[in-house]
Amino acid sequence: MSRLFRTATSPHVTTSNSVTRVMMTVFLALIPGIATYVWLFGWGVVINILFAILVALVCEGGMLWLRKRPLKPFLSDGSAVVTATLLALTIPPLSPWWITLIGVGFAIIVGKHLYGGLGYNPFNPAMLGYVLLLVSFPREMTSWLPVITFSQHPLDFTQSLSYILGGHLPPGLTIDALSEATPLDSLKNNLRQGNTIAEIRAQLGLDDATSRMLSIIPIFGNFGGKGWEWVNFAYLLGGLFLIWRRIIGWQIPVAMLASLAGMSLIFYGVNGNAYVSPMFHLFAGATMLGAFFIATDPVTAATSVQGRLVYGAGIGILVYIIRVWGGYPDAVAFSVLLMNMTVPLIDARFKPRVFGHLK
Amino acid sequence: MKEYALILVSTVLVNNFVLTKFLGLCPFLGVSRKLETATGMALATTFVLTLSSVCSYLANAYLLAPLGLEYLRTITFILVIAGVVQFTEMVIQKTSPLLYKVLGIFLPLITTNCAVLGVALLNVQQDAGFIRSALYGFGASVGFSMVLILFAAMRERITVADVPVPFRGSSIALITAGLMAMAFMGFSGLVRV
Repeated sequence: MSRLFRTATSPHVTTSNSVTRVMMTVFLALIPGIATYVWLFGWGVVINILFAILVALVCEGGMLWLRKRPLKPFLSDGSAVVTATLLALTIPPLSPWWITLIGVGFAIIVGKHLYGGLGYNPFNPAMLGYVLLLVSFPREMTSWLPVITFSQHPLDFTQSLSYILGGHLPPGLTIDALSEATPLDSLKNNLRQGNTIAEIRAQLGLDDATSRMLSIIPIFGNFGGKGWEWVNFAYLLGGLFLIWRRIIGWQIPVAMLASLAGMSLIFYGVNGNAYVSPMFHLFAGATMLGAFFIATDPVTAATSVQGRLVYGAGIGILVYIIRVWGGYPDAVAFSVLLMNMTVPLIDARFKPRVFGHLK
Repeated sequence: MKEYALILVSTVLVNNFVLTKFLGLCPFLGVSRKLETATGMALATTFVLTLSSVCSYLANAYLLAPLGLEYLRTITFILVIAGVVQFTEMVIQKTSPLLYKVLGIFLPLITTNCAVLGVALLNVQQDAGFIRSALYGFGASVGFSMVLILFAAMRERITVADVPVPFRGSSIALITAGLMAMAFMGFSGLVRV
């Protein structure tokens, strides 16, 4: 037979849809968010990410070697890199190196490889690492940097590096003087002290220079949390890119953001002085990162269309409940883990109809 | 009314008996291999726990306290629980032989569930009244059932995963239970009782 008549079997149009390609697209979509984050919070973020990736690759390689699995295909698939990056984005920009080491190590070793590696883990590894750090080292994990334009002593790259690796700060500075609570955290503390939102806004309505002098922590930005609104906005753009590239489905982010906005709209409508506006909840903390990059993890999320809607809505509701009434300022990690536990049941309940069968 | 709702939220989520108080771990690990048996166990435990919580309150308030026999509390409660379990077993056998068959050995095993005795003793410790005791028992059993069913569904998935050989079986189940407990810490602070 001549070469002219040789045809391949059916799927004729092929794409190169591999784990590596998916993970690299996710990483690409994270770049606007990372860039905004670095721009607002300084070089510590970059150092955290690079160190986290290094730790993740070492742990991944070590576990593959112990389990006698091939190194190259699993190390180059990029999943460990994405896990490490997501975890590094959720910890404070100036975290000592051992925070990253413990978090990423736990995520990769316990969260991923004890369950059999990529594709088997029931919990989102990055969020497991984050929750472990949050419950074990609450002080380190809640001392964030202020937005760089607001900071009295912005650190440059070498100063950040020397703090993260060696704990050395420039003379005359302490970490307590540098760090402060996040908008969600200080809002919670203010509300707990019995202040109404109008009072908090009035107290914060001073111009930047005056409030810096009085060292009042800024909470509200133009539409969301101060500074955080832009980071969230950049993650939103990256997330829309992922939906456009069909890397993630629209169901989980839409359901999560809609339920979070719905919950906050109800309570904001009932009492706008005790509950902040939906816009603040959507553009503060880890909302957008969680909705587009963390909750949509294909391994640990629900799979069917209805299942994804339920899963996303559950996360949004839990985020609101824990943020407003719970003990922790932000709740994306806890909510994702809690909904991860329900995924097998959701998947069993919402099976897609098999073609040719009646329901 | 609000207080009662808070008791339920507190016992189901914040102070979950399995994941925060670590009571009732034996059935949690023992009958969570399959979803069906876990569901049956959850239903039976819910019934028994609520009933025995009420009964042990009555026994304590109207029998032990007036007679000054508080030192017999533990043994009385065990007796009450065993009686309730026997009663439940007989009623289920007569009214629904099918459910009786499905539950099988798990019904009598509830007697040894430490969460059941734990709820009864905690009720006394907290000086809870009749309705509080009933709600506390009901909330505890709902929390237990919820976690047991979620855990069973997860375990069915983990059995088919490529878990490293030394971690197969009970050890990965215990690790999973630990991770679940970590996730439940997110509820802490939700209710300040």
